[in-house]
Amino acid sequence: MANSRDLAPAFPAALPVDVSRRGFILTSAAVAGGFMVGCAPATKAGEAIKFGDFVRISGDGTVTVVAKVLEMGQGTHTGLAAIVAEELDADWLKVKTEPAPANPLKYYNTFFGKGFMLVGGSTGISNSWAQLRDAGAAARSMLVDAAAELWKVPASQITVAKGIVSHANGKTATFGDLAEAASRQKAPQKPTLKDPSKFTLIGKQDLRRQDSLAKTTGAINFTIDVKPEGCRSAVIARPPKFGAKVKSFDAVAALKIPGVLKVAQVKSGVAVIGENHWAASKGRDALSIVWDYAEAETRSTADLFAMYKEKASKPGTFSVEKRGDAAAGLASAAKVIEAVFEFPFLAHATMEPMNAVAKVSGLGAEIWTGSQAQTFDLINTASAAGVLPTNIKINMLPSGGSFGRRAVPDSDFVVDAVYCAKAMKDGLPVSMQWSREDDIMAGRYRPMTVHHVKVGLDAQGKIVAWQQSTISQSIMAGTPVASKDKADSSIIEGIAESPMIKAVPNLDVTASHGEIGVPVLWWRSVGHTHTAYVLEHMLELCAKEAGVDSVAYRRTVYKDSPRHLAALNLAVEKSGYPARLPAGRAYGVAVHESFKSVVAQIAEVSIVEGVPKVHKVTVGFDCGIAVLPDQVRAQSEGGLGYGLGAVLYSQITLKDGEVEQKNFDTYETLRMADMPIVETHIVPSNNAPSGVGEPGTPVIGPAVANAVLKLTGKPTFKLPFKQA
Amino acid sequence: MALEISINGVTKQVKASGDTPLLWVIRDELGLTGTKYGCGISQCGACTVLVDGQAIRSCSTPIEALGAGKVITIEGLSADGDHRVQKAWQKFDVVQCGFCQSGQIMSAVALLSQKPNPTDADIDAAMAGNLCRCATYARIKVAIKEAAGLSTTTQKG
Repeated sequence: MANSRDLAPAFPAALPVDVSRRGFILTSAAVAGGFMVGCAPATKAGEAIKFGDFVRISGDGTVTVVAKVLEMGQGTHTGLAAIVAEELDADWLKVKTEPAPANPLKYYNTFFGKGFMLVGGSTGISNSWAQLRDAGAAARSMLVDAAAELWKVPASQITVAKGIVSHANGKTATFGDLAEAASRQKAPQKPTLKDPSKFTLIGKQDLRRQDSLAKTTGAINFTIDVKPEGCRSAVIARPPKFGAKVKSFDAVAALKIPGVLKVAQVKSGVAVIGENHWAASKGRDALSIVWDYAEAETRSTADLFAMYKEKASKPGTFSVEKRGDAAAGLASAAKVIEAVFEFPFLAHATMEPMNAVAKVSGLGAEIWTGSQAQTFDLINTASAAGVLPTNIKINMLPSGGSFGRRAVPDSDFVVDAVYCAKAMKDGLPVSMQWSREDDIMAGRYRPMTVHHVKVGLDAQGKIVAWQQSTISQSIMAGTPVASKDKADSSIIEGIAESPMIKAVPNLDVTASHGEIGVPVLWWRSVGHTHTAYVLEHMLELCAKEAGVDSVAYRRTVYKDSPRHLAALNLAVEKSGYPARLPAGRAYGVAVHESFKSVVAQIAEVSIVEGVPKVHKVTVGFDCGIAVLPDQVRAQSEGGLGYGLGAVLYSQITLKDGEVEQKNFDTYETLRMADMPIVETHIVPSNNAPSGVGEPGTPVIGPAVANAVLKLTGKPTFKLPFKQA
Repeated sequence: MALEISINGVTKQVKASGDTPLLWVIRDELGLTGTKYGCGISQCGACTVLVDGQAIRSCSTPIEALGAGKVITIEGLSADGDHRVQKAWQKFDVVQCGFCQSGQIMSAVALLSQKPNPTDADIDAAMAGNLCRCATYARIKVAIKEAAGLSTTTQKG
């Protein structure tokens, strides 16, 4: 597979001999010329030497960093490589990454704990930071110790730079020269880490993504591109409503289509397996299926919102945060602002529709996919295939987006592939590919949500009471970690932590778990997608009521929150706010903390044909140490673009239980002309890295709504802005 | 009855029936996987290839409709990824997940062959059919201008 970066160097192993400068030159010549010089190599050609679980060094000096998380587009693998390379003082051009095997006891997320091999909550870099710094520093220390022993000099006199180990007496060696001897050195218990002021790679502007070339030539392989020996193509006819089941089906016409090999009922519907994707798709079109709707969700979106609004008009099932007396505070307030917010279901709509390749033979199974949660996929594959998790190999591929969609507690798209492979009963692999329609209609949406909020202001415009009732489906419901006696945090995250809410003397925030037969999931920035909108749009309404400027009001609200203030002030300073804009344009300001990062956005907005048009967004982004500043900017751009498309255009609606949007013609998303100019300014920080992929997403909605409020005088309580 | 198609400068005989979309012939029969499936109905542009220099959506083009049209896919753009458009993409690290980028690049190549000095409005119009869910649009625009040799303002702050 093209993506599993070939570890085998193209050259024979380098020399383990006297690594004097002359030796180094000889070795270089050998590498450059591709011939072997000197005595027997310490390692077989191509065999890399392990330095713990995350670093390998091969004879040609190539450093391979084992990446335990999915590369879904955020440049995470390049960032992981940079962390190791920094502590190792490696030659950046010789550092590669390779996906880790699915081993949750070794490659777990350090924030989630042993056994949980998954990435989410923008933790790809942050949960690897300490681990990979240690790994790089330990390997460096062992290389230094090996050189010290070889040269009979104190280790303290040895320096390392760009993959070369040197001593003042002129001796030098490459990592490849020393790798074998270094591997026999004792790994330090607590390796000495660099002072961040000495970083030469981390935080530098000129590090490029390692996957740019492969992604601009078509050479990179995604799951859709993988066809192991003997592989067939499968598609699945899925029920038109959630919870419906196959009652009966007729496959006669499908089996007459040339290239169709098999039709079989599987867990999620009726699978058609063919020699290629087009044959399988035509076969599926020729199926006739009778569905059983007895347990299906058959309500429509209007009914569901009416039900949610009724429930949110009263206190919710669970108390989220309470202090003082909110009812009394509202009763005595000089002014009360009341709002009922409506947020629709949203599909992730990754560019690569969900897919997996599976092979089930004997006691084992093999999967090829982009897995955001290897732990889930191992457990569910084991159950579907009837094999032990330890007999499953997951071949990790980069994914054409994910945004949370490829971390599914029941691994819907992976087990689809497993059942198709099982149906063939021949032990050969099957590539199961969802169509775009399957993907958009498959559920696992950002849950639809209603927030009913009442805010009381005193005569000076200060918030004295806040009452909020929220209803949304629990994402964790039905999993072993379901919230039964408190609100699922994915519904209300960001509210209680908000500095604005913390300062409210009379507070009552409650939440309920909605009951709708539509599966839901985490969608880039999860609960913040709606809580940030509610908080920052209400804040703007309060500022307006108080007659105070948007930025000035926030500076008061966030006066004891230095990270909020710094991000806001940086964005304000760089944006030109409050300088006059062309007629018909207004600034919209929003600040929000999510995934331990704080993002402030100042958007310049006008209204074109009834829909907001965002011209420019100036961003202040505090994500701790920015490992790859240009990739932080890329995520700031992409994150807000993802959020902007959703708030402007996107919604999944149901008619009698059936999803009304089938493809990109009806599930509208951001296109080229909608993309604003984005200027991202990173707040200097010495804190450990925090989230980057998600924190930009939830801020743009309220920034746009706050600008629209200025342009029209009207708040926006129902998303998306464009209503059919 | 085998059809012949000209792809990346080579004539190939294909077994697929005439109603098969070019996309699936390119991917499944010819094994060129740089061209992607994204929607199947010409809405996302992930499958964009050039036919006689024009950008078309291969997911909705049956091979029998090609005639003598000469097809160029991302693999046929350059041997080493050094076409000026590819180089501009690399310079600005346009890609994120990368799944749509073959299609984006092919649309950009077609645009520049017709409008060597495109305006922002030209770019918006020519690229309107290419979705990117990672929202790399701002960098795509910068890279197109770079490839056109126009002065660019980067997004660096």
